[in-house]
Amino acid sequence: MHAQLTTWWTILRICLEERLVYRGDFALGTLMRFLPIVTQIFLWWAVFQALPAPTHGQAQNIAGYSYQDFVAYYLLTMVTRAFSSMPGLASGIALQVRNGEIKKFLIQPIDMLGFLLLSRIAHKLAYYSVALGPFTLVFALATWGGYFTGWPDATTLAAYAASLVMAFVLGFFLEASIGLIGFWFLEVNSLLFVYMLFSFFLSGHMFPLDMLPEPWRTLVELVPLKYLAYFPAAVFLEKITGPELLRGLMGQAAWLVFFVLFCRVAYQRGVRRYSGFGG
Amino acid sequence: MPIIEVQGLAKSYRVYQKQEGLAASLRGLFRRQYREVQAVRGIDLTVDAGEFVAFLGPNGAGKTTTLKLLSGVINPSGGSARVLGFVPWERQNAYRRRFALVMGQKNQLWWDLPAQESFRLHQQIYRIDPDIFERTRDELTTLLEVRHLLKQPVRELSLGERMKMELTAALLHSPDVLFLDEPTIGLDVVAQHNIQKFLKQYQQQRNVSILLTSHYMKDVAALCNRVVIITQGWIKYDGSLGGIVDRFSGQKVVTVQFANDSVPQDLEQYGQLLEVQPPKARLRVARRDVGRMLAGFLSRHAVEDVSVEDPPLEEVIAEVFAQSEGGAGDRSPGDGP
Repeated sequence: MHAQLTTWWTILRICLEERLVYRGDFALGTLMRFLPIVTQIFLWWAVFQALPAPTHGQAQNIAGYSYQDFVAYYLLTMVTRAFSSMPGLASGIALQVRNGEIKKFLIQPIDMLGFLLLSRIAHKLAYYSVALGPFTLVFALATWGGYFTGWPDATTLAAYAASLVMAFVLGFFLEASIGLIGFWFLEVNSLLFVYMLFSFFLSGHMFPLDMLPEPWRTLVELVPLKYLAYFPAAVFLEKITGPELLRGLMGQAAWLVFFVLFCRVAYQRGVRRYSGFGG
Repeated sequence: MPIIEVQGLAKSYRVYQKQEGLAASLRGLFRRQYREVQAVRGIDLTVDAGEFVAFLGPNGAGKTTTLKLLSGVINPSGGSARVLGFVPWERQNAYRRRFALVMGQKNQLWWDLPAQESFRLHQQIYRIDPDIFERTRDELTTLLEVRHLLKQPVRELSLGERMKMELTAALLHSPDVLFLDEPTIGLDVVAQHNIQKFLKQYQQQRNVSILLTSHYMKDVAALCNRVVIITQGWIKYDGSLGGIVDRFSGQKVVTVQFANDSVPQDLEQYGQLLEVQPPKARLRVARRDVGRMLAGFLSRHAVEDVSVEDPPLEEVIAEVFAQSEGGAGDRSPGDGP
């Protein structure tokens, strides 16, 4: 067990070092993460500006969300996406299958998925330990600006933390599954594009999912994408509470287990049919 | 107890036949043609501990596929194999910790980090004791003369230096079996020689079993006492290097130096005239005719010097390859030494 932990620590350390090799890329990537959120906030600001003037002293809202709610929601999805987004994971796996780099994981006593998971943890640690400063500043400003109205209670916070950790693991194994399809199809970029498209709309990345009418609402409940952006944000904002919260967390855990098992099976089947491309 | 036992091992691939042209590409969206490529057709092989075996064969013969089967990279279509008692394609960690595979011009090291970081990772993955790791690393990098390059990112090393680092990484865990796939391909003569020297020394010191595929006769001649010739997925020959000539070449090359500074015009009657550079001439003569030819020759002409040699090894092997490509009837699976 100790040997296992030391191995994992070494992998983590080396992946961290690798992240920091290209300093310019690292710096630019860290700072530019905020830009898409700024665009979306301005978009909804414009939408709210175009709404008719409020009547009876009621604040303007769209599907129960005020402008402040939207801003708070986007900032929270930014946090969730920091955990659940896995840029380059699926295409990286497919590329490694295509160009033969995957041989390394077949001949060395190392588990590919475990290695990639540690590598991803390292990448995120590297980026977000540096991004923590700007993130904290933005959230502090948002609280001062009245977009956030204080912290939720300890139970909600614990549920939020659990949903974030699960969002990371679920995001990893979901995208790894797509990458492992590379054993059968070699090129997964189109599949990935379709996945990204659905994810953008159905994960809550674009807008809060409770704004959706039927039948889209039902569809969203049937797929795991909401756990990658919407669900943790909604938990923090206390839009999902009590038994519904518990059901949501269990649903997230169930999807997580499903994709972990899917990855294991796909990997075992995939290597059996692997033809050793790339020389 | 043999270290490697292979029986009837076979591997075939289904390869998509891409036709030329746009119309064919469009057709390929709906219907594709496949061809079955039999890379390895059922080979038998036994290797004992401490042997250094070379796999020779033309491109596409099945050498690399055999190595990939024995290292567990791919699953076979048929047959069986055991290396160190393990079935390679079960990829058990206990097996993976005892062998190494190095492929020429292929990287297993981290591209952007110094080699020493990759070595550290190997230490952890293979659970090498820290003291043993440092001693082995220092030994290997000193022998290969790359100790001063440990802190440089791998991407900044030359091809030869990178190959040496790959070899070091592969040998850190002191494997019992080493598979080398064209380790000196693309390297300059000096680098090739250094790696040959290193492998010879290492193999003798550690008594490790090595399977090497190579196109370079110098690698094979310098390192291996046993040669396996594979062509078209079959083993055509399995024995010593010298034995190849005896087995496949029924001819000798006779070089004659004439006494009078001039070469007679009627040499064709004695054999196939290869080269004439007065006062020397070279002829190819059937092995069984050499004695008779020399007797007749020497009695009729004034000769200063005669030498009778085997044809160059490369030539013999090239002929073996060419024969197998031409005639299907040459196949003889599983020939013993």
